[in-house]
Amino acid sequence: MTRKQKRNLKRIVASSALFVLCLFIPSDGTVGVFGAEILWKYVRGVLFLAPYIVVGYDVLRKAFLNIIHGQLFDENFLMALATIGALAIGEYPEAVFVMLFYQVGELFQSIAVGKSRRSITELMDICPEFARVERGGEYVEVSPEEAKVGEKILIKPGERVPLDGKIIKGLGSMDTSALTGESMPRDISEGDDVISGCISLTGLFEVEVKKEYGESTVAKILEMVETSSMRKAKTENFITRFARIYTPAVVVTALIVAFLPQLVLFFLGQSEAAFSTMWLSKALSFLVVSCPCALVISVPLSFFGGIGGASAKGILIKGSSYLEALSDAEICVFDKTGTLTKGEFEVTEPVCDGDKKELLRIAAQAEAHSNHPIAQSIRRACGEEIDPSAVTDVTEVPGRGIKADVDGKITLAGNIALMKENNIKCDKLDKNGSIVYVAQNGQYLGAVVIADTLKDNAREMMAELTRLGVKQTIMLTGDTEKAAKYAADELGLDKVYHSLLPGDKVKKLEEILSEKKRGSVVYTGDGVNDAPVLKLADVGIAMGAMGSDAAIEAADIVLMDDDAAKLPLAIRIAKKTMRIVKENIVFSLVVKIGVLLLTLFGMANMWQAVFADVGVMVIAVINAMRALK
Amino acid sequence: MRKTFRLEDLDCAVCAAKMERAIKEIEGVHDASVSYAAQKMILDAEDEKFNEIVKKVVKVCKKVEPDCVILV
Repeated sequence: MTRKQKRNLKRIVASSALFVLCLFIPSDGTVGVFGAEILWKYVRGVLFLAPYIVVGYDVLRKAFLNIIHGQLFDENFLMALATIGALAIGEYPEAVFVMLFYQVGELFQSIAVGKSRRSITELMDICPEFARVERGGEYVEVSPEEAKVGEKILIKPGERVPLDGKIIKGLGSMDTSALTGESMPRDISEGDDVISGCISLTGLFEVEVKKEYGESTVAKILEMVETSSMRKAKTENFITRFARIYTPAVVVTALIVAFLPQLVLFFLGQSEAAFSTMWLSKALSFLVVSCPCALVISVPLSFFGGIGGASAKGILIKGSSYLEALSDAEICVFDKTGTLTKGEFEVTEPVCDGDKKELLRIAAQAEAHSNHPIAQSIRRACGEEIDPSAVTDVTEVPGRGIKADVDGKITLAGNIALMKENNIKCDKLDKNGSIVYVAQNGQYLGAVVIADTLKDNAREMMAELTRLGVKQTIMLTGDTEKAAKYAADELGLDKVYHSLLPGDKVKKLEEILSEKKRGSVVYTGDGVNDAPVLKLADVGIAMGAMGSDAAIEAADIVLMDDDAAKLPLAIRIAKKTMRIVKENIVFSLVVKIGVLLLTLFGMANMWQAVFADVGVMVIAVINAMRALK
Repeated sequence: MRKTFRLEDLDCAVCAAKMERAIKEIEGVHDASVSYAAQKMILDAEDEKFNEIVKKVVKVCKKVEPDCVILV
């Protein structure tokens, strides 16, 4: 609790004690004070002022200031008016209780909001405290803002990486959970890039600074989370607009309730009924209910919690408007490479009658001097250390493959055309991916199939999306028909558009956008070369964006790692948040309007009214805090 | 120029919405957001007059919520 909260708590306790004491004062009869006979009624009124002022003086003060500033429908003003009115018509306990309960609600609200804010800041506690920079042969600790590009920094175990950079020396593992939500540490060594915000678990790292603090991942992420309040959801804007109408409307109704029945009764000649305080008392209850706090607080708080909770899981959302749109995802569009597939070539299968390992080894030898991604993946799959000196006379046949002398044997590795040209008899394989046929000394040995493999959980992700109410899944890819169809069939996508140039992707997405019915179109890509498409979609999601500025900039939602399960998780969080928001709106409105009606028909009084105001607010705030989990 | 300010003792969400509206009406302000949940204000305003605008913002906020302090 802050100092102010503690002080308010003391005031509430003191006032409650005084209030209870005052309740024992009789309301009838007289009492002798300094020889004069005074009605208990008046003594009671004066004494009840004590708990009232103790707990409510700041509300009165603010109300007064606000009248001067022309802020008429402020909550302090409404509470002051309602309670002063109650005091004036002799409803002393009601007046004190309303003020007391209102302050209890305010205190609770301030503690609850403070708590959820703290837990979100803790989740987002990725801000490095210092950078240990080498200056003049010594390491000095400076604030991360002061370190410059090209300088060398030292990171010890347990410390946070202050700036984005490249490891010059060191070997160990990094905890990336603050950024990605992924608890598995990442092994890194010399030459690898490190991202600010990660924590070194083991190993001492010397890192060359690649980006200044303001350009580093941490600063980018913090800026993004902080500015997320700029892009408000429709629901949030609606509530603010609603609040602006609601309060004046209820106050006007209160005025009507206070005076109209009395005027009517007066003109009907029933002057006794007309001067009853009953209608005034009803009007005061209206004033108590007229504050829209429960709505205005709980809606942004729910969104705040949803965004905070998501960021702890490595899902960065740039504004509540995107959370709202995501909760209503109708069509999910995907890029293929890097989004649904791993984006790296892998040997999926060696095809031959003989020894598969031997085939891989020969292929790897033939490709020993090549830096082509396919050659690299073959060498990786072989796993053995290849001696390049045994491989001589290498000729690259353009568009065909490689011809080389391996241990004195003429070796061919390439496509079917290479085999045909060298009169090697072999059958054309029908497989997804690139096929490297291998032959040695005129003898066909077999083929190696290399393809970009699907992500492990991509299939489950598709199933999960359908369960979450996504109507259509579409793939847009620049890849060939064969590769695209293969991936789409494996994953069970509804539609696939292949061989698209970047410009075509934009056109296709425009078509898709025009086809959608009520929900939103969500595009997920790697964020590297599809920025226009990300921007165009209702919700643009960049996947595996850790360390990619372009992706963080272009996307509405950023998934820090490339785990496919994050997309359905993001949708689930969005749906949960929206459910909480709607619950709060419906609940608060139903209770408030209900109490207003009950009051009008004489079935509720100020006690119920103050519950409708404060109680509902407390419940709505508690509900809103669920969004954080 | 865009800058984030911390707010202290911003006690009511309605006031935050009112402050935001009032700030947006100040001349030279491109965009503004007052977050009750984050207790922060983001101000996007003209570069040349930024300091003047901030002064006006402080004044406007005092009017809406007298207790709230903008930490400049």
